[in-house]
Amino acid sequence: MDFISILSIFVLACFVGYYVVWSVTPALHTPLMSVTNAISSVIVVGALIASAAPGVPGSKWLGLVAVALASVNIFGGFAVTQRMLGMYKRRERKDG
Amino acid sequence: MVEAAPAQPAWVLLAYLIAGICFILALRGLSNPESSRRGNLTGMIGMTIAVVTTLATHAIATLPEIIAAMVIGGGIGLVTARKIQMTAMPQLVAAFHSLVGFAAVLVGAAAYLNPLAFGIGVRVTPIASPSFISILPVSRIEMGLGVAIGAITFSGSVIAFLKLNGNMSGKPILLPLRHVINLGTLAAILVLIAYFTQDQSPWVFGLVAGLSFAIGFLLIIPIGGADMPVVISMLNSYSGWAAAAMGFTLHNSAMIITGALVGSSGAILSYIMCRAMNRSFISVIAGGFGGADTSSGAAAAIDRPYKRGSAEDAAFLMSQAEQVIIVPGYGMAVAQAQHAVREMADLLKAKGVRVKYAIHPVAGRMPGHMNVLLAEANVPYDEVFELEDINSDFAQTDVAYVIGANDVTNPAARTDKSSPIYGMPVLDVEKARTVLFVKRSMGGVGYAGIDNDLFYRDNTMMLLGDAKKMTEEIVKALS
Repeated sequence: MDFISILSIFVLACFVGYYVVWSVTPALHTPLMSVTNAISSVIVVGALIASAAPGVPGSKWLGLVAVALASVNIFGGFAVTQRMLGMYKRRERKDG
Repeated sequence: MVEAAPAQPAWVLLAYLIAGICFILALRGLSNPESSRRGNLTGMIGMTIAVVTTLATHAIATLPEIIAAMVIGGGIGLVTARKIQMTAMPQLVAAFHSLVGFAAVLVGAAAYLNPLAFGIGVRVTPIASPSFISILPVSRIEMGLGVAIGAITFSGSVIAFLKLNGNMSGKPILLPLRHVINLGTLAAILVLIAYFTQDQSPWVFGLVAGLSFAIGFLLIIPIGGADMPVVISMLNSYSGWAAAAMGFTLHNSAMIITGALVGSSGAILSYIMCRAMNRSFISVIAGGFGGADTSSGAAAAIDRPYKRGSAEDAAFLMSQAEQVIIVPGYGMAVAQAQHAVREMADLLKAKGVRVKYAIHPVAGRMPGHMNVLLAEANVPYDEVFELEDINSDFAQTDVAYVIGANDVTNPAARTDKSSPIYGMPVLDVEKARTVLFVKRSMGGVGYAGIDNDLFYRDNTMMLLGDAKKMTEEIVKALS
């Protein structure tokens, strides 16, 4: 991909982000932060590339540490978001 | 001689695009608590697609090590996510931000050491000297920016974590000449990144990272506890931009889309928080708020008469009411009083009282903090209202029960032009027939360091004591 196509994706994604985030209900702003945290750990892709590549040991070890750190975030971020979202309940209708 | 990286096949590009779309849908789901859980699952699917695609398209020389790294990291993450108390969410989020930042720095460093693996290097063989690998100039800028933003995110989040976790005082730490130092450091980082395109020596890379770590610390230490909702949103935004910059380096659309989403999410949250405090982003970043001397306001406060009530008085007033609005703040989180508050509300509802909750956007230490605590205590989310939806209700309310909130209820924000919080939208609790204000003692002031006129009004009854104990006593008196 050339630089201009990448830039186009980036700019359009910023607009998508703008509209999507404004539609998030304020009650869910904390889960929003924890889930954005989890997804920004997609940086693990870069870490995997570094740790998979042979030849340069320094790069491999930096990559492996980054894989571990990003994994804390991915698993922890999604799990804590799921736990929080599970708490949001509607009013129970008690009849009688 | 030039050795270019092989182009990625079309299905790989599509897979990363689908991962990016999954992340968009994950955020879209949060528009409603009902759809949010499905959204979160979509996010997990997106992450799985991204990881599997990466592993499937690279020759893996080190699979056992990679799996070990993932198991260790994932295990720590899962245990933390299960054990963490909801009141500690702000610290947890700050800690997670720091990890994203540090991972970005590490990936940047790995790409610097092994540019060919990332497809951003070119082997150059000059005549009469040994060949070396040159990093593409555009990639050098992207890499430099990614490492700089990642490092700022890391060190800034560490400070935010220490402040939120109480390991470090929430009071701003003001260095002399800090604006000059900060702007100078930022300028130096940008100049070094520009110079990096000319000279890819390790010292340039190291200096960019080092200065960025330093500026992260320097930027956050002068910011006080009350501004933490802005700081934590801002760091959220930075972690996104760091991921996006790395996405540019790696030409990876999943990372770019995610980075843009997270970056705008954090930016919007910072904006909402600033608006809710009537402060400009610049003034928050400049820091120092909440550290001003509180002596004048506090001294004047001591002698003014106020009404003090007991738990029994409060229980009686509320049980006679038609409508009670509960206004929670950071103090409720500190005292872990949310469950007692829910119990109190249940008893009141059983007596036929209508109970609602009013939440100010900056109540607590992060956006949505109070909502999560109430949800944890099984308060139905359709009883919880945001500032603009409930403010007109106070005039028709018999009792406002303010627990652990102070500045967000201060009428001075509307009336006193000299007040530091003048212009900040506040909850109009004083319009309720009676205000019950739970507070530890009369001496302390809110985080803005100003006295609250509300304490001395005729229709205010101060309930002095620990928020949780006081609420439990009211529960006892009600049942």
